[in-house]
Amino acid sequence: MKNRNIPKKLQDNLITIGIVVVCYILVMILSATGLLSNLLQGLLVPLCAYIILAVSLNLTVGILGELSLGHAGFMCVGAFTSAFFSKCMENTITFAPVRFFLALLIGGLCAALIGFLIGMPVLRLKGDYLAIVTLAFGEIIKNIMNVLFIGRDSHGFHFSMKDSLSLGLEEGGDVIINGAQGITGTPKDSNFTIGVILIVLTLLIVLNLINSRDGRAIMSIRDNLIASESIGIHITKYKLMAFTISAALAGIAGVLYSHNLNSLMATPKNFGYNMSIMILVFVVLGGIGNIRGSVIAAVILTLLPELLRGLNDYRMLIYSIVLIVMMLYNWAPNMIALRKKAANRFGRKKEVA
Amino acid sequence: MSLLSYLINGISLGSVYAIIALGYTMVYGIAKMLNFAHGDVIMVGGYLIFTFVSTLNLPVGLGILLAIVLCTMLGITIEAIAYRPLRNAASSLAVLITAIGVSYFLQNVALIIFGANTKAFTSVVSAEPLKLFDGQITISGETIVTIISCIIIMTALTLFVNKTKAGQAMLAVSEDKGAAQLMGINVNGTISLTFAIGSGLAAIAGLLLCSAYPSLTPYTGSMPGIKAFVAAVFGGIGSIPGALIGGIVLGIIEILSKAYISSQLADAIVFLVLILVLLIKPTGILGRKIQEKV
Amino acid sequence: MALLEVKNLSISFGGLRAVDDFNVSIEKGQLYGLIGPNGAGKTTVFNLLTGVYQPDEGFIHLDGEDITRLKTIEINQAGIARTFQNIRLFKELSVLDNVKVGLHNKYHYSTVEGLLRLPRYFQMEKKMDERAMELLKVFDLDGEADYLASNLPYGKQRKLEIARALATDPKLLLLDEPAAGMNPNETKELMETIRFVRDHFDMTILLIEHDMKLVAGICEELTVLNFGKILTQGKTSDVLHDPEVITAYLGE
Repeated sequence: MKNRNIPKKLQDNLITIGIVVVCYILVMILSATGLLSNLLQGLLVPLCAYIILAVSLNLTVGILGELSLGHAGFMCVGAFTSAFFSKCMENTITFAPVRFFLALLIGGLCAALIGFLIGMPVLRLKGDYLAIVTLAFGEIIKNIMNVLFIGRDSHGFHFSMKDSLSLGLEEGGDVIINGAQGITGTPKDSNFTIGVILIVLTLLIVLNLINSRDGRAIMSIRDNLIASESIGIHITKYKLMAFTISAALAGIAGVLYSHNLNSLMATPKNFGYNMSIMILVFVVLGGIGNIRGSVIAAVILTLLPELLRGLNDYRMLIYSIVLIVMMLYNWAPNMIALRKKAANRFGRKKEVA
Repeated sequence: MSLLSYLINGISLGSVYAIIALGYTMVYGIAKMLNFAHGDVIMVGGYLIFTFVSTLNLPVGLGILLAIVLCTMLGITIEAIAYRPLRNAASSLAVLITAIGVSYFLQNVALIIFGANTKAFTSVVSAEPLKLFDGQITISGETIVTIISCIIIMTALTLFVNKTKAGQAMLAVSEDKGAAQLMGINVNGTISLTFAIGSGLAAIAGLLLCSAYPSLTPYTGSMPGIKAFVAAVFGGIGSIPGALIGGIVLGIIEILSKAYISSQLADAIVFLVLILVLLIKPTGILGRKIQEKV
Repeated sequence: MALLEVKNLSISFGGLRAVDDFNVSIEKGQLYGLIGPNGAGKTTVFNLLTGVYQPDEGFIHLDGEDITRLKTIEINQAGIARTFQNIRLFKELSVLDNVKVGLHNKYHYSTVEGLLRLPRYFQMEKKMDERAMELLKVFDLDGEADYLASNLPYGKQRKLEIARALATDPKLLLLDEPAAGMNPNETKELMETIRFVRDHFDMTILLIEHDMKLVAGICEELTVLNFGKILTQGKTSDVLHDPEVITAYLGE
């Protein structure tokens, strides 16, 4: 079998980024000519966030080879810390781009820090155990965000895990994080263009990492941990590196997501394991370890339910059937053999003709 | 006194988790997959009993029996259509994602048939509440039935696995599929049987869960499903006594956290305990350590 | 002084003495064989030497340095590299990248330099490519540099494992059944390659092998293990004619 591997990595990466840029231009044209429905318009920034999440999760699942079911947790950390920052600084830093840049840094760094702290003990676990611990972590973050109250008055910040009254704010004090109600009135600092810039940056980071000394070390651990150790690769270091970068990028997706919302709440739908799983579906359907595939799958699978909206209640049913059928088609060994056979027959015919 | 009643409630909730966890643990042990749709089979079981007993007014016993039979068949069907073709797939993630697809599928079918509104589940348990210490503690009929069911199921299942041929076949398949096949064991049949038992148990769990918490929606099964899975991992996945211990411990932690710490943080505490247990004992309380041979 | 000096090495697994009082002394540049029936504890010795297992007793000195109880990574950095009985390649990486992972600790640039594609990234990557191709050429794998490692035929996979181990620039190379699964022609070719590696890289090699033709053909000295204990030790021709060794192999 002559499977030529990645002949021109650089060219390949440029194609991926090119696709993103072309899509961006197309959307901008559609939007300018008024062909884009309001609904889709509203979906653009979340879509960018999902793409970044999918790419970052692929770094953990496809490149590092560890299953994480708590990716939404890192997104949640990024979203809340940055929204908190932006809301506090709304009147201090009035220039939105600078404020958003700082928010990105804060959201990304906080998510990275949490990723690092979680990763240190947890990456010792293997496969499904790691998956379940990350799932648990995601749920913990979501739960904590639902009972966290932070307010500010002239004395500074007040914290509570009970309710907004027990913050003991003086008159004129401001509740910034209001438990289950979350954060309302985050400045709308993100938009589609910023989202696309962040996607391109994410792609550059992940693709450059993969095609570097560190990336090879990470992938060698994925392929064979024991061999990797035997030639002097520091397993913990590289596992942590991949996991932390992945968490940081998920945090950045959270920043993008939260600065597009008027009210940010940690519901099961946006930060629970449902979200983590949705992102994982993007990664697996797009191809484990295939970064471009993640981008494309994220776009198609985000748009699919919206395009099926006319079918009302049936859309998620159809989505689930499509998901099952796609998985069987792509992964079932019998199906793969069948497809190969068909391709051979087809190929031979073509040669004859 | 209140502590004692909380403990009893915890054991009761834990018993439900344990019954659900059995389904996870058996399927994981034998098919090495996380069956994400297991929680949704519980929900299906709940709706079936609701339909048979509340809507069609069938006798309670018959309704329960029908629900168990239908859930069993559902489990076998899911395995045959969605999971079996992927058993030898190149990545174990494939079947995990398919299970997620099945989970969405079941939820949305329920959504279409029964709507998103919560259905009030009338408890089918008719046992009298038990009053202890001159009425200081009341144990509801549901609690008693739940705990007793759990004990019966655990005993029966342990006997089944250890004493019957089919049970031994299950152990063999979970140890080594290839070798089991060579020994003339019907691997497909054994795996089907495992799914059948797990799903039948899920129907019972659905009944008990909905009797204790009488509200039914298409998403009823997912959180208890996740927690029961946590219980299975906690106890050591693949181990039947592990599922029991994991379930009970989890139920008690959850009820006590709700009572003494914070009802909103109860889930977080449950998950935190899981993480701590796994960090100390990476394969759960009764899990076996597997070392890769170099 | 010997390059590898092992004294009293022992390890037990649950009461079973898998390796009992193992001693060996290998000179620099030697081609040394470790033989014995299945289950004699040969691979366990390799695992002890490379830090996969920690010995209960004994010490290991490499080039005068005490490496007993060091971690696998530290042992590799101290100068021992190995191959595996059941091939352990990085299957989803290219042949070239497999060797480049082996070069990981020899050519450095920081993560930031890699992410930002600073000049040092290109310099170092170029050097790594050159060195890796050099190594691949030795094993006649340069034509397949772009292949996925898993797509190589079996014999070439074994060679790639050796190339990857050599990339870490070791003082001592451990080969665990390098000829397993090869046909006589491939084995013959492998013997040439092993000799070439020893001469070309001035390498010291310790190998486990069942193929007696290979052992007799290239090993200068042998140690025979049986039930975890050393049965006999010495010059290849002497050892192979030892009646005790013949009994151990053929049974009573």
